[in-house]
Amino acid sequence: MLPLILFYIFATILVAAAVAVIVSRNPVYAALSLVLCFVTSAAIWLLIEAEFLAIVLVLVYVGAVMVLFLFVVMMIDINLEELRAGFTRFAWLGWIMAGAIVIEIAGVVLTRKLGIDVTRGAAALPPDYSNTQELGALLYSKYAYPFEIAAMILLVAIVAAIALTLRHRPNLKAQDIGRQVAARASERVRLVKMDSEHRE
Amino acid sequence: MITLAHLLTLSAILFALSVAGIFLNRKNVLLLLMCIELLLLAANFNFVAFSRYLGQLDGQIFVFFVLTVAAAESAIGLAILVVLFRERRSINVEELNELQG
Repeated sequence: MLPLILFYIFATILVAAAVAVIVSRNPVYAALSLVLCFVTSAAIWLLIEAEFLAIVLVLVYVGAVMVLFLFVVMMIDINLEELRAGFTRFAWLGWIMAGAIVIEIAGVVLTRKLGIDVTRGAAALPPDYSNTQELGALLYSKYAYPFEIAAMILLVAIVAAIALTLRHRPNLKAQDIGRQVAARASERVRLVKMDSEHRE
Repeated sequence: MITLAHLLTLSAILFALSVAGIFLNRKNVLLLLMCIELLLLAANFNFVAFSRYLGQLDGQIFVFFVLTVAAAESAIGLAILVVLFRERRSINVEELNELQG
């Protein structure tokens, strides 16, 4: 009974935070609400015993991706009034779409033709079961090649993000160590012989 | 006891909210990216729920890969956003008409 009560509490917070993400006027508040969404989702995943992914969600999303979002929100200076103009013009379409999706998915779930009974609880896990260990065993055996590809995707993302945002500013005064070391006295001092000028 | 129906309903509500968010915030690229993150979270909910209730861990492995790709996607998306803002001083979607698409 207690997991169900906790589930309802976290689900309420999650839905409220999701609403706050999509309607908040300030992108900083939207980003912070999204952090709350991820934390409550991690809590729900803990409730259904997917511990590893819950921790990964907090570490990767709250720890890295949302911090990146907040950095970008604070780095760029956006005109909120201009972006909010016409906010309600297509709101009805958005809510109709949302309602249609809820009805469709609820229809699929409620007809109970998934081949499984959706109203039963999950099978109990043995007491010495380790979610992380099982996932690791699967990840490094059956899914070893996809795991390598995921690593490559992350590498490509790093290179792409740096290459996109790197900019070479002209007239930037910076040390060039190689040129400093390679400099010779003969290149620096130039003796010029010229006649003295006469004042008129 | 938390049943599969609970989780699927929650995931459906989350998915619908994020789709509504894409329509509401269609001018602000930053909020569009956040809505996409929320959409992926809703999809991950389904994967985790079915993986747990069918007793197969493959779904959770898939969530792991979705998280990886989503992190890469948001990093590149935000990099593009920063370059875009540097170039145009605005992140309004309606002003992005240079390609005439």
